[in-house]
Amino acid sequence: MEGNGLVAGLDQARTYAGAIDCDLHPAVPGMGVLLPYLNDYWREMASVRALDRLNLSLTSYPQNSPLSCRPDWLLPDGAKAGSSLEAMKDHVLDRFRPRYGILNCLYGAQVLHSEDMAAAFCRATNDWIRDHWLNHDLRLRASIVIPSHSAELAVAEIDRRAEDVRFVQVLMLASGETTLGRRHLWPVYERAERLGLAIGIHAGSAYRYAPTAVGWPSYYVEDYVAQSAAFESQLQSLISEGVFAKFPRLKVVAIESGLTWLSGFIWRADKTWKGVRAEVPWVTRTPSEIIRNHVRFTVQPVDAADEGEAIMRLADHIKSDELFLFSTDYPHWQFDGDAVLSGGLSDAFFRKIASENALATYSRLARAGRIVEAVP
Amino acid sequence: MARHVVATVDQIPPGQRLLVQVNGREIGIFNVEGEYFAVANRCPHEGASLCKGRIVGLVEATGPGDYQYSRRGELLRCPWHGWEFDLRTGRSWCEPDRTRVRSYELKVESGGALIEGELRAETFQVTIDKQYVVLEI
Amino acid sequence: MSTIELERPRASSYKLRVIDCDIHPAMTSWTEVHPYLEARWIEHLSVYGSHLRHAFSEALSHPRMSPDAARIDAYPEEGGPPGSSLELMRKQHLDPNGIEVGMLIPLRWNPGSQRNLDLGAALTRAMNTWQVERWVKQEPRLRASVLVAQEDTVASVAEIDARGGDPNFTQILILPKTDEPLGRRRYWPIYEAAVRNNLPITIHVGGTNGHPSTGGGWTSYYMEEHHSVAQTMQAVVASLVFEGVLERFPQLRVVIMEGGLGWVPSLNARMDKHWARLRSEVPHVRKPPSEYVREQVWFSTQPMEEPATSAELIDLFDRIGWDRLLFSTDYPHWDFDDPRYAFRANLTQAQREQLLYENARKFYRLD
Repeated sequence: MEGNGLVAGLDQARTYAGAIDCDLHPAVPGMGVLLPYLNDYWREMASVRALDRLNLSLTSYPQNSPLSCRPDWLLPDGAKAGSSLEAMKDHVLDRFRPRYGILNCLYGAQVLHSEDMAAAFCRATNDWIRDHWLNHDLRLRASIVIPSHSAELAVAEIDRRAEDVRFVQVLMLASGETTLGRRHLWPVYERAERLGLAIGIHAGSAYRYAPTAVGWPSYYVEDYVAQSAAFESQLQSLISEGVFAKFPRLKVVAIESGLTWLSGFIWRADKTWKGVRAEVPWVTRTPSEIIRNHVRFTVQPVDAADEGEAIMRLADHIKSDELFLFSTDYPHWQFDGDAVLSGGLSDAFFRKIASENALATYSRLARAGRIVEAVP
Repeated sequence: MARHVVATVDQIPPGQRLLVQVNGREIGIFNVEGEYFAVANRCPHEGASLCKGRIVGLVEATGPGDYQYSRRGELLRCPWHGWEFDLRTGRSWCEPDRTRVRSYELKVESGGALIEGELRAETFQVTIDKQYVVLEI
Repeated sequence: MSTIELERPRASSYKLRVIDCDIHPAMTSWTEVHPYLEARWIEHLSVYGSHLRHAFSEALSHPRMSPDAARIDAYPEEGGPPGSSLELMRKQHLDPNGIEVGMLIPLRWNPGSQRNLDLGAALTRAMNTWQVERWVKQEPRLRASVLVAQEDTVASVAEIDARGGDPNFTQILILPKTDEPLGRRRYWPIYEAAVRNNLPITIHVGGTNGHPSTGGGWTSYYMEEHHSVAQTMQAVVASLVFEGVLERFPQLRVVIMEGGLGWVPSLNARMDKHWARLRSEVPHVRKPPSEYVREQVWFSTQPMEEPATSAELIDLFDRIGWDRLLFSTDYPHWDFDDPRYAFRANLTQAQREQLLYENARKFYRLD
């Protein structure tokens, strides 16, 4: 395989120009920014219950952990990493010069126990993303944050964004209230398929349950390591429950999943299916083929020492080079300098990862031509 | 190619099977609602005695939750890993082109016809008034 | 009609010599254990039965696709569940498959998951004696495992010390679905006792602890449930590494049994990568996690991974380390691996012997 010069170095910025960064994290700086988007009831409750003083940062991403923020991407005065559009431009958008960047907002709105409260804050979060990010930079796109434990309210929120093609994806966490294939969630998938929205599953847990089947680990690093296992479980759920049989045009994107676990996953899943498929007769193809047709993966992090080679090896195992999507995972610390991917990756494969695969996955990106002007 | 008389039809009632040895090969003879099928007693996956598996129907679905059941008794499920094989073709359900069990031609013939023709009866004294399962191998 | 033969060469050209690290013995009737169980617990089981953290008192929450999770051809003619007849085990498995040594992994009653700790401890004592009397004394090829009720560490340590000097036992057996991840400090006395008695810890798929089998809730189908054990085992390995068990007990040797292999290289890489980033949280983990795994963790082979090509399987073994793989059949369960055909790869004779025999001989110090 020829190399493409994907080594650390400043000229890297050229390489990524025109790419599509599929995982950028804008941070909600505080509840205050969401209050203007709440209705009278929730605004009063915010005051009465002091919701406005809550910090709904997720346990899955401790604000100051080295993983949550790369040291050179920290913001002055202790501001939350990712909370400044100007900094995001400086660190990523103007440096790597991607054509588009997709915002995945990880904030507590989607995991609040009350369905109504979750819906109100998800709606506010999406409004805030629109007004303060999408309207200020033409390159930005976003995922719709939903109260995923209520399909009804989630669908209402998706419908609210249907006409705004800058929303290209619906965002769910890798560990929520139920496994993601379950039938009560299907209205979400029906709507996503119909509107051409991908379903993005991002690492993170609502902690409704212990993050592993063996209980609660002591350390954060164990929680984070266990995220990849959560993705494995969710893929198995989506396949077994027949989500892709029911919604044949649906695309699911595993975001920040770690990636290299996929080899072992397809070996085991394909083998198991051959023996037990009568239990789930709607699964008529091997899990690996279903994944090839429906599931995509962002490439930060790649859990391997030789990232480029590992992706090529994985492509070989899954028999496709269309599954992998470029991402920086900004501001999470997955790589240093500009070396988003280390190790050799062929030029053709790199182009696929950089933008072609994302354009094929996010059908709404192609409709971006309509957007000619930001509306601050 | 030789023809072997391997059983009388009344030895294998509908839904039942009989394991026979022909030329040193173990072969299962299956009666599916009066039709007879023969497959090798060896799963192509890990070598289990396939013919000891359950006889099952075909389970399909038009979509999640919609179980379509047909072809009762026409599939054989490996006693180990549960791979399903079509008794009519020997093909596995999951990998029909890649994984098959060897199947054999079978005929039911009357004793009278057999006595007149060329045959090899391994264990049978063929009589005119009975029906026999004849395997071509 | 084209002929289909097994895709792998028939390995009949040499005599099979196998150490099977995973054989499941069963009881013909539960009264078999009566001679070894105190009257009080016989009475208790008759009245209250098992008391576990799942919905059914007698059944698994996800019914398998085969009865008793067993091979259909493993039912003894004289009755009783698969695995209950030594005669059939010999005839069907030990003799034809060249098993020179077989490790017993009894799963009945799930003693480590019993909510009544005293019942759990009593059952481990009884089942341990039962293994010796009913199996090992009758069949010299078999070896017993020291069952422990890990939630009661005092009882567990006493049982390990009681059996430690008995050569009939080769390992300590724990099922991974414990109250807390196995690396947590409450379980450390068990590891200390294991090292003291020179016994490895074997962690075999199973147990019930009330936690859903995924971090995102319960699975609907057996297809998912069966898959999830690979994720469960990853959590166990990560726990033993990050909680510092492998660092603190460098003599401890662990077997991950029936949890699959395909995930080992990616878990190692993932742990190393994120340990490098987050090591200030776990200063007690002094070297890259994969090094602890490489030195102190072994993996049983069944259910064997079946990648599309021989090269992928060889590459997997290279990455894990050939000397860390212990062959197992899981007899008499449905996903049994046959020593002749389990490996869909063109192995050399030396590689085959290493996997089927040599690694386990060295690991269990069977000389």
